[in-house]
Amino acid sequence: MSAESLQFHRDADRLTHDLQHRAWIQKALGGYYIKRDEQKAKYTDWQQARSSAAAAKYEAVNHLDKYLVELSDKLAARGTKVFWAADGAEAAEYIASVARDAGVKRIIKSKTMTGEEIHLPQALEKAGLEVVESDLGEFIVQLRGEPPYHIVFPSMHLTRGEIDDTFQRKLGSAHADTPEELTMIARGVMRQKYCEADMGISGANFAVAETGHISITENEGNARLSTSLPKVLVSIVGIEKVVPKLDDLAVLLPMLATAGAAQNMTCYNTLLGGPRQPGETDGPTEFHVVLLDNRRTALLADAEQRDALHCIRCGACLNVCPIFKNIGGHSYGTTYQGPIGSVITPHLRGLQSWKHLSFSSSLCGACAETCPVKIDLHHHLLQSRRNAIAQMPVWWEKPIFSGFAWFMRRPGLYRFAAPMLRLAAPLLHAIRGNDIDPLSMWTRTRDLPPAPPQSFKEYWRDKNAKR
Amino acid sequence: MKITLFIPCFIDQYYPGAGIGMVRILEKLGHIVEYPDSQTCCGQPAFNSGYWDEARAVAESMLDAFRDAEVVVGVSGSCGAMLKVFYPELFHGHPREVEAKALAAKTHEFSSFLVNVLGVGDLGASFPVKATFHDGCHGLRELGIKKEPRGLLKHVRGLELVEMKEAETCCGFGGTFSVKFPEISTAMGEVKCASILETGADMVISNDSSCLMQIQGLFDRQGQKIKSMHLAEVLAHF
Amino acid sequence: MPNGSREKILQRIREALAVKAPARHLAGAVTGLSDHRPQDWLPPVPSSVAERISLFEKNSLDLKTEVRCCADASAVAIELAALARENAWKSIGSHHFVLGNEAVSALGLPVVFTDQPYETADLERCDAGISGCDCLVAQTGGLLVTSASAGGRVLSVLPPHHVVIASAAQLVGDLADAFAVLRKNHGSPPAFASFITGPSRTGDIERILVLGAHGPKKLTVLLVQA
Repeated sequence: MSAESLQFHRDADRLTHDLQHRAWIQKALGGYYIKRDEQKAKYTDWQQARSSAAAAKYEAVNHLDKYLVELSDKLAARGTKVFWAADGAEAAEYIASVARDAGVKRIIKSKTMTGEEIHLPQALEKAGLEVVESDLGEFIVQLRGEPPYHIVFPSMHLTRGEIDDTFQRKLGSAHADTPEELTMIARGVMRQKYCEADMGISGANFAVAETGHISITENEGNARLSTSLPKVLVSIVGIEKVVPKLDDLAVLLPMLATAGAAQNMTCYNTLLGGPRQPGETDGPTEFHVVLLDNRRTALLADAEQRDALHCIRCGACLNVCPIFKNIGGHSYGTTYQGPIGSVITPHLRGLQSWKHLSFSSSLCGACAETCPVKIDLHHHLLQSRRNAIAQMPVWWEKPIFSGFAWFMRRPGLYRFAAPMLRLAAPLLHAIRGNDIDPLSMWTRTRDLPPAPPQSFKEYWRDKNAKR
Repeated sequence: MKITLFIPCFIDQYYPGAGIGMVRILEKLGHIVEYPDSQTCCGQPAFNSGYWDEARAVAESMLDAFRDAEVVVGVSGSCGAMLKVFYPELFHGHPREVEAKALAAKTHEFSSFLVNVLGVGDLGASFPVKATFHDGCHGLRELGIKKEPRGLLKHVRGLELVEMKEAETCCGFGGTFSVKFPEISTAMGEVKCASILETGADMVISNDSSCLMQIQGLFDRQGQKIKSMHLAEVLAHF
Repeated sequence: MPNGSREKILQRIREALAVKAPARHLAGAVTGLSDHRPQDWLPPVPSSVAERISLFEKNSLDLKTEVRCCADASAVAIELAALARENAWKSIGSHHFVLGNEAVSALGLPVVFTDQPYETADLERCDAGISGCDCLVAQTGGLLVTSASAGGRVLSVLPPHHVVIASAAQLVGDLADAFAVLRKNHGSPPAFASFITGPSRTGDIERILVLGAHGPKKLTVLLVQA
């Protein structure tokens, strides 16, 4: 078992026993389901919208080189500097050099999971720069020194009391009772930062090849401010974010809003295609787009799982996943949580170290059912299991399953041996849950069914004997 | 019609009532029922654990067992999905791929078979009980089964069907998942059990006995009186 | 290296794409999916102007965007003056645009004009930002702004109250229509464009909705009929 797997088991064990956490997450997501279904019901045909959105991403991902070049050229035509980063280190180094060359001291950052993925804030802080998270949820977890809990709702695990406590300790603010008051405290702090920052960093939800724009979706307005006020702007964009045409956003933006946050449309959807142009009076004078690979091409090369790159980072799969709802976002121990995280992390960070994320699922399929771009999530988990075992069978499992196959191919032996296992049932019942119980993984928390007097095969044999 | 029965290994050993119920219903409807005794297991435990070669070896004997069948009907959503959805993938590129696809095409889950192939609704059953229905995930999402069981239960005289809030939420069984990640599996089961109890039902019914094993196992450990029964057993009360 | 690992990444992509991926998304899709306009699957938008205005108003209400209908230009001036009184504006930000020029100057308030060089600190102190827009979108209850139509990139997001003056003729059905307007008004889409759908909001604390997270707390649309 890898170190990551051990940590996962420990965290999952702890969180699944935490009934308060369980109740809190159920409550937090309860309203989402109702509103999401109301929103979906308004669609002329939600299922065809999914097919349509998936078709746009399929086209983009399967012609990725063509569209990235088009995107890059169109961005550059407006004066954007486009930098292609093979990995996180290259991206961080470039961004640090941009900051250095422009004499930047203070950075304001809007939400970017891609930036989180490559530990960009930490890399820039190490280079002596101040990095402030402007997204409220990210700001809160940054103050607490925690990673984000959910890719869309970073602080959903915290109560207002915990946030108030954090603000008092870290900001020296007065005690605040309501989410409104707490938000206004953050708003006040942030306003200063927007005006003072000399560089903004953003991510992107989409990148339109046809017109050369990145597209940023948000509710708070912090990305609009972070990308408009500072004199330098850097946007870090995973290469899979590309969509072929501007009109593709006419479907993708509403679906992102509906699936992600049960909204009709998110508050701000901003297209950025270049620095301040002739005729503009504000906006950054320098705009850099960093296109990031960081092993996305490895996932691209896995044609069977390539559609995982369609992901629009809506978070809907997290919201419906019964595993996520019971173990929480931090247990995953990595940037991307939930079903999509479980699918892509083995590709991005190593199959053998992260294969436990493929196995820690009951494969219920709620994720694939809800995904607005029809990623075959739960089947990919199955495929990753197969890939992990093919690469490295588990030494004690392999003989068990070989034995299983050998046994099951011998119906005569099955007919003979199976009743004996049923006879052992009372003995197993007596030692259930104990250390010597071979089935203790089950019986620690659950009873086993009683053995019936007759198996089906015995019933059938008797039935035909009567004839 | 000659109907060939597919009885998954754990139904054979622990829940034969589901299979027996299916036999009684199909015979009552006037069909000839046969059961190839050489069948053992569909191979899903190995498949779900990533051991596809071993799973395929077991699956091959299922291809043999059902070779001459016209139509195959099984009482499990998850094993039904194994044959219908996953066998074609398991045998992709294999010499027996055509056979696997043929078996997939002629296999049906029990409630889907009754409603969509035989077109039956009322089996003349009567079972006075307040019950709720749990949708097994494979049956629901791999095979699209949702209204069929409810349509059949509607005709059972005296049966009051109430829906639980978390009807479509996974019970946490997930095959080997239940013993590889027992803490997560148990937590999911607890959520499911709480939702069942909230309905005030005296019985939980499902088309997947593996789910019922998880749910009843938890109820028994909790000391709850509520019972569980497979759909086929309920419908066979005539 | 000016553009980094461009060739290396493109090479990796081309090698990866040598194997085709299954088009699984087509399972369950309607035949001839690509012959349909994708927006056909979205919530339907009525075709008459009156119904579209009604839908826009309904969606605005859900978002807490305030819509005030004005019969003509003088009504706009009256409503804007009312807003200034109700909200005790002391200074405002704006730009020069046909629908707003007269009403803004009639307020008699100090104005930071953002379509000429301005100081951020001055705009930051303004109580409201008055702007035009490219179009209003019935399907979402939102609007589309660009630097040219809304006085730059900052005016519509920094002051705590954003007021948009638009005519009913600017109302379009859905986002695809809005993109068409973008192309029509500007040729190739400009370097900055933003869909604004309601006042700024967040649910980050206990999933409870709070308005005015960072962007404007209030959004008012003065909708001119004539």
